[in-house]
Amino acid sequence: MTQLAFPDLTLALPEIFLAAAAMVLLMLGVFSRESAAARTVSYASILVLLFTIVMVGLVTDGRAVTFGGTFIVDTFAVYMKALVLLSAAAAILMSREYLETNKIFRFEFPVLVVLAALGMLMMISANDLIALYLGIELQSLSLYVIASFQRDSSRSAEAGLKYFVLGALASGLLLYGMSLVYGFSGSTGFDALAKLFHGDAEHGVPLGVTIGIVFIIAGLAFKVSAVPFHMWTPDVYEGAPTPVTALFAVAPKIAAMALFIRIMVGPFGDLSDQWQQVIIFISVASMLLGAFAAINQTNIKRLMAYSSIGNMGYALIGLAAAGHSGDAEISASGVEGMLVYLAIYMFMNIGTFACILLMRRQGRHVEDISALAGLGKSNPALALALGIFMFSMAGIPPLAGFLGKLYVFQAAIRAELFTLAIIGVLASVVAAFYYLRIVKIMYFDAPEEEFDGPVSFEMKSILVVSSIFILFFILLPVPLLDSAAAATASLFN
Amino acid sequence: MIVQALAFYLFAIMTVAAAVMVVSARNPVHSVLFLILAFFNSAALFVLLGAEFLAMILVVVYVGAVAVLFMFVVMMLDISFAELREGFLQYLPLGGIIGLILLLELAIVLGGFVFSPEASEHFAAPIPKGGAVSNTEALGEIIYTNYVYFFEAAGMILLVAMIGAIVLTHRTRSGVHKQRISDQINRRPEDTVEVKDVPTGSGI
Repeated sequence: MTQLAFPDLTLALPEIFLAAAAMVLLMLGVFSRESAAARTVSYASILVLLFTIVMVGLVTDGRAVTFGGTFIVDTFAVYMKALVLLSAAAAILMSREYLETNKIFRFEFPVLVVLAALGMLMMISANDLIALYLGIELQSLSLYVIASFQRDSSRSAEAGLKYFVLGALASGLLLYGMSLVYGFSGSTGFDALAKLFHGDAEHGVPLGVTIGIVFIIAGLAFKVSAVPFHMWTPDVYEGAPTPVTALFAVAPKIAAMALFIRIMVGPFGDLSDQWQQVIIFISVASMLLGAFAAINQTNIKRLMAYSSIGNMGYALIGLAAAGHSGDAEISASGVEGMLVYLAIYMFMNIGTFACILLMRRQGRHVEDISALAGLGKSNPALALALGIFMFSMAGIPPLAGFLGKLYVFQAAIRAELFTLAIIGVLASVVAAFYYLRIVKIMYFDAPEEEFDGPVSFEMKSILVVSSIFILFFILLPVPLLDSAAAATASLFN
Repeated sequence: MIVQALAFYLFAIMTVAAAVMVVSARNPVHSVLFLILAFFNSAALFVLLGAEFLAMILVVVYVGAVAVLFMFVVMMLDISFAELREGFLQYLPLGGIIGLILLLELAIVLGGFVFSPEASEHFAAPIPKGGAVSNTEALGEIIYTNYVYFFEAAGMILLVAMIGAIVLTHRTRSGVHKQRISDQINRRPEDTVEVKDVPTGSGI
């Protein structure tokens, strides 16, 4: 037997740290006093997540693999991991008040979020089909549990169960696709697959590989809740506790999109003729459904669910453009647009959910859109923040949401996907209707009772940071654009 | 060769027959027992294929753990299986058609089954030539070395499953009396005993 080199653990240091920290946090929660446990573990896990961002930033140098090529660290991974960790930390920060009012503030919540974040980091760094699957399962399993964290509420339990059953189905589809790809190619490693499929576009691809790719796309589309695999989204978003919904809307989607990009432009990059059509269809269907189905919603969490379906449609425009065969520069511009879009999407969603979490009357959280009536008079600051997020989501210049859409549409036009770009613009016009309706309700409808005060420091800081980002991104877009460009470049070399 | 073929048909027929009985048996406990029979026969099929490790896993995990768990669930939950099966015939035509379509699709996929010519050069962990190692040994050699990352990741997933099960079901029961030794030792006579001076003959 040949002696195997010991894997380079330094590359996986952030993940190892996060795994160890999750276990330490668990012990901390179990052994500290019951009354203080949840609060201590909550703040400790935010620190752990922020420290992991620093570690993620430190370990990179270009592109490196470890564990026999199954684990990859590159600038793309660093960018995506930073987004995921930031949104997970924000979700924990936002959760305290809600969980306390609903009497479900237990220390397992932050621990499960940390474990989910670990799963997401593993997804982003996956360079092998098995690593991909294990990352997805670690992430999903933690999320299923926190979806039904409010276990005395039947809606929360239903949300968790629905998510679990449909998620298991999606995992089945994904595994089936992966086994087909493995069966027809003999390898699970992304590098080996890329080498194998290189130049395959000319002399035809085995049918099994095509079917496998379609199944993998179906499984991943479920994870980003793109049409036609979106059915679970509104119910799960509505039923799950609001801070959990805030997490669902951001972190897992960014991680799954990272996986989508990595697997499509990596091993299957030369087979883009096989998957570009599928992505275009998913993207168009998501944008249209997100635009039209949200119009009739009265619950703001359901509205955000449809909005996130639509937003994933816009992000997938970038991936469709990345499927442009021939010119690597055009493909790169698609991925770059997508990365910028996802970063802006993260800030908009975290801000909006912070506003939703502040909708409290007499110590109870309300979720009806009509409850926002007259907010412009009763709480001008909150109304202004929510107004900024809504205008940004609707894509009104000069807010950040406009620029995000602009970059993906530009990429689509460069890749000559004119129909896709036009449908995207039209869908965003329709979607503007329901975003602006919220602004209208806040400023022009007869005022209702005031929301409960006072706003805690955590919430204030989240609202201020995200609205400043959205408002002033246009003045200083260079740092984000540069890092997105660097991330894309590391993917295409 | 003929013995192998005979064994294959024996085990295959037994598997299918046991699987049919799982669905059609009236008594749920019998269903579970037939399920165990089906597992054993599929394990035998794996042995015929030369995959003795999978056969062992099937017996240990599915027969040893999963089937016993099923048995517990069937016996503990009061489910009327006759009621569940009531609409069975009603949905048979639709289910049958869907099954047929899936079968045809599988036939199409398998009909076009061509291995990529370069596939064998890309095997991530090729089987050692000449049958020098059994496949249990071959798996054992890579699972803790090449695939140690996957092994650890699977461990994390199991940890999450455990935390999840506890989070979703564990309740602290109120009204449970526990012995608190420090409280008992710290009790002082002054806190609990009051000495009253009762005048003689007046009562309390």
